[in-house]
Amino acid sequence: MSIDISQFHDVFFEESFEGLDAMESGLLNLDVGAADIDAINTIFRAAHSIKGGAGTFGFMAVSEFTHVMETMLDETRNGEREVTAELTNLFLESVDVLREMLTAVQQKTDTDDVRIENVRNKLEAMMAGESVAVKAEPVAVEAESVEELKSQGWKIQFTPHAHLLQTGNDPVRMLRELSSLGELSTEINDGKLPPFSDLEPEDSYLSWDLTLLGDIPEKDVVEIFEWVDEDCDLVIEPLAVKRTTQVEENVVELDKPEAPVTATVVEDVTPAELATASEQTDAVVEELGPAMVAAAIDKPAPKAKVASAPAASSIRVGTDKVDSLINLVGELVITQSMLSQIGDNFTPNMLPKLIDGLAQLERNSREMQEAIMRIRMLPISFAFNRFPRLVHDMTDKMGKKVELKLTGEQTELDKTVMEKIGDPLVHLVRNSLDHGLETPEVRLAAGKGETGLLQLKAFHQGGNIVIEIHDDGAGLNEDKILAKAIEKGLVDVNDELSPEKIHDLIFLPGFSTADQVTDVSGRGVGMDVVRKNITSLGGSVEVVSKRGQGSVFTIRLPLTLAIMDGQTIRVANENYIIPLISIIETLEVNSSDIKQVSGKGELYPLRDEYVPIIRMYDVFNLNPEATDLEEGLLVIVEGDGQKVGLFIDDLLGQQQVVIKSLETNYRKVLGVSGATILGDGTVALILDVPGLIALYREPSLALVVNNDRAA
Amino acid sequence: MNEHQVNEALDSITSIDDNSEQYLTFLLGDEEYGVEILRVQEIKGWDQVTSIPNSPHYLCGVLNLRGTIVPIVDLRLRFDMPPKEYTPTTVVVVLKVEGVTNRTVGIVVDGVSDTHNVIPEDIKPTPDFGASVSTAFISGLVTLEDDTMMMILNVDRLLSVEALG
Amino acid sequence: MAKILAVDDSASMRQMVAFTLKAAGHIVTDAADGQQALNIAKTQSFDLVLTDVNMPIMDGLTLTKELRALPAYRFTPILVLTTEAGVDKKQAGRAAGATGWLVKPFNPDQLLATIKKVLG
Repeated sequence: MSIDISQFHDVFFEESFEGLDAMESGLLNLDVGAADIDAINTIFRAAHSIKGGAGTFGFMAVSEFTHVMETMLDETRNGEREVTAELTNLFLESVDVLREMLTAVQQKTDTDDVRIENVRNKLEAMMAGESVAVKAEPVAVEAESVEELKSQGWKIQFTPHAHLLQTGNDPVRMLRELSSLGELSTEINDGKLPPFSDLEPEDSYLSWDLTLLGDIPEKDVVEIFEWVDEDCDLVIEPLAVKRTTQVEENVVELDKPEAPVTATVVEDVTPAELATASEQTDAVVEELGPAMVAAAIDKPAPKAKVASAPAASSIRVGTDKVDSLINLVGELVITQSMLSQIGDNFTPNMLPKLIDGLAQLERNSREMQEAIMRIRMLPISFAFNRFPRLVHDMTDKMGKKVELKLTGEQTELDKTVMEKIGDPLVHLVRNSLDHGLETPEVRLAAGKGETGLLQLKAFHQGGNIVIEIHDDGAGLNEDKILAKAIEKGLVDVNDELSPEKIHDLIFLPGFSTADQVTDVSGRGVGMDVVRKNITSLGGSVEVVSKRGQGSVFTIRLPLTLAIMDGQTIRVANENYIIPLISIIETLEVNSSDIKQVSGKGELYPLRDEYVPIIRMYDVFNLNPEATDLEEGLLVIVEGDGQKVGLFIDDLLGQQQVVIKSLETNYRKVLGVSGATILGDGTVALILDVPGLIALYREPSLALVVNNDRAA
Repeated sequence: MNEHQVNEALDSITSIDDNSEQYLTFLLGDEEYGVEILRVQEIKGWDQVTSIPNSPHYLCGVLNLRGTIVPIVDLRLRFDMPPKEYTPTTVVVVLKVEGVTNRTVGIVVDGVSDTHNVIPEDIKPTPDFGASVSTAFISGLVTLEDDTMMMILNVDRLLSVEALG
Repeated sequence: MAKILAVDDSASMRQMVAFTLKAAGHIVTDAADGQQALNIAKTQSFDLVLTDVNMPIMDGLTLTKELRALPAYRFTPILVLTTEAGVDKKQAGRAAGATGWLVKPFNPDQLLATIKKVLG
């Protein structure tokens, strides 16, 4: 039967990558010198599984590479090898190599063989350094090079020990197997059988004298008993022994009568010699066994189907989530049949019932929507998990001491949002490590403990997920930032900026106060890209910082991409939706408050800053109801770090809206991020604050290029 | 033909000859235009649209078609013809437009006529004879059985992303 | 056709083994660690147990010992899957009461041959 085991490759890759993650976090948490045996066992098992699986599925390079690690881990867990920082770091490096190797196999790309060889040599050197060299991979032994003891048959005396049955072995099984090798005749000895009343039913009292005829290699016979060779007395004697090869025999037969007959030399071999020969064959069998297995598997790996990239297009969903969805569907069915009944025989006095039914329907739909959204949600630990390693490596390189604390790892967010937030998070963490947290010396001089604290917190707030990155480092250097901003012309020398405003400057494009480009933080690819990426997810990022004490970066993200909390507004005769996440507050204004600045339009003083007013009917070229600012409302919103006030006619309700694409069938519209379908079936456009600001600044962008006129 | 009849026809498209293709004709003013019936997704009556800010005058807006946002183009305005008021009998032909991506766009027309089978040989090239429509959007002319002329519209050009503003 | 309990902490191994044995007409139940396997064994009966050695919570050798202590499994064939070809590991298996072993890595045919050997 031919079974294609390549169908299990995907699972193997998935569990191996998880295993590597487990090894990595285990290694990072190992205390040098006082290693936790459980942790080591976990690390060992992960390596062991990967090695075993790789061997089973034919990925021999991976299996061999893992072998040395596994051996050393085994020694470590047996107490034969000490856990040193050097060992841990080498293992971490090996984990990286294994990841690369597995990825290469999975995606059928090339490996960096130089690096692999390099790390392998280091591993072997370390292993040779401190313990006896372990036996290498079994060598494939040429079967022909061993003198095979063949026979015309065997005489076998098989006496199971009393407890043999209790090993789960059945003597009959052995007899059956022997009979498949050749002609078997058996003779039972029941001499040891006690009287029935004394019989222990679980013990074995019988023994057998067996004669097996056939040209059978001794190792085949021995192999049948290999599991029980210590649980029985076994004597195997050949019926006759030939030390010559078969060929001459045949020659004898085929020879013409007058040709000289080559006499085959037959020697009687003594049992003693046979015994040593048996031992030799035993050893051969042991070597041959795994060697044969290795040889059998060492074919080129079967063509695996194209494996998907690790950032997979599949989701693992807990059965609890699926179950709750099934329950909700059930409730929906009940509601539907209830409404259907009402519809069938409707009379006006059933109206209250209908209203109830509809309320129930609304509840069912909402609950199903939430349940389905939850399916795409994964704990943020997936995004956080790379940080222990990152922090470990970076602080090593930088000579800094940092403690990393992660909280709220179980906080869930949409899978796609999580994938996209990874890079911005890394950038912010690197930034804290590189620019925020100081070296031990500097910290001590500042009266702080030499180990800095980097905290990543995640939690739900409103309909959003909030991620905070705290560091107790040096905080943002306002002077440096201001100087840089002035230098780049982003800020006027005479402008008075509060510390918060100065902090916000770091999110401007091209801004980087790094004196030298460190390879750790990279070129000022910077905060503006981070902010842009986060905004494109419908979120926001801000920083709060205190000189000498540290900084906190706060990222807010919607829980899902497709559904959003919206505020419906009315301008002229049209309804629009503003994402609630963008709204800061709504005000009524007095004309006397407004400041007119030539070249800058209308400004509204909001606490300590001036906010530009965007008249919605203006940028959208609509016919407004109210042109007088006092007759409408001003909605203060934020987009891309800028605050503006949107002048509208009225506020309507707030609701969750499903975001529909405008671009699929139409195109991108400046100031609009998408559309939604309201309860009455009509379409409402969702406003895009950064787009509105751009439109306000550059009205010509609104002009439609209409050169494709029909006539 | 009314909406219902046309939609039925759409449901039962079979190829009659090996060679001919079916076209749906509609009226704009005095002129008859045709589109390949395979490009017609459905016909619906006029429904309230949501206007798009700063869009071309011939874009009426977008509407909700079973959960998808579909732009609606007023073909009269597109062809610089005098506009006509929208009434309950105004018809929207929803078309499948092909391009870099495939999109769904609706056009407002005066009314829908019949379907006709046309064999490729009967399609004549468009002379530039000063019709009210830019000939870039017409892929050919056909003389129908009743001697009227049908102008075949190039849907993909007419309703391309660039064309929509 | 037999009822087989397959125990391994590696999902890909469990899948491969289950698939192979089912294809040969056996009924397979699997478990990811020794404790899980022991719990299952106590409420069902199996003709053969196949277990990996290195597993979390309860390893294969402990599982073997525990199974042997149950009356229903005194004589049931228990095979341990081991990557260690060393003699000492096999001794440990025997000492725990295992019937025999199967050396990893093995391919489906080897697995089936060994199962056949035991079950007949």
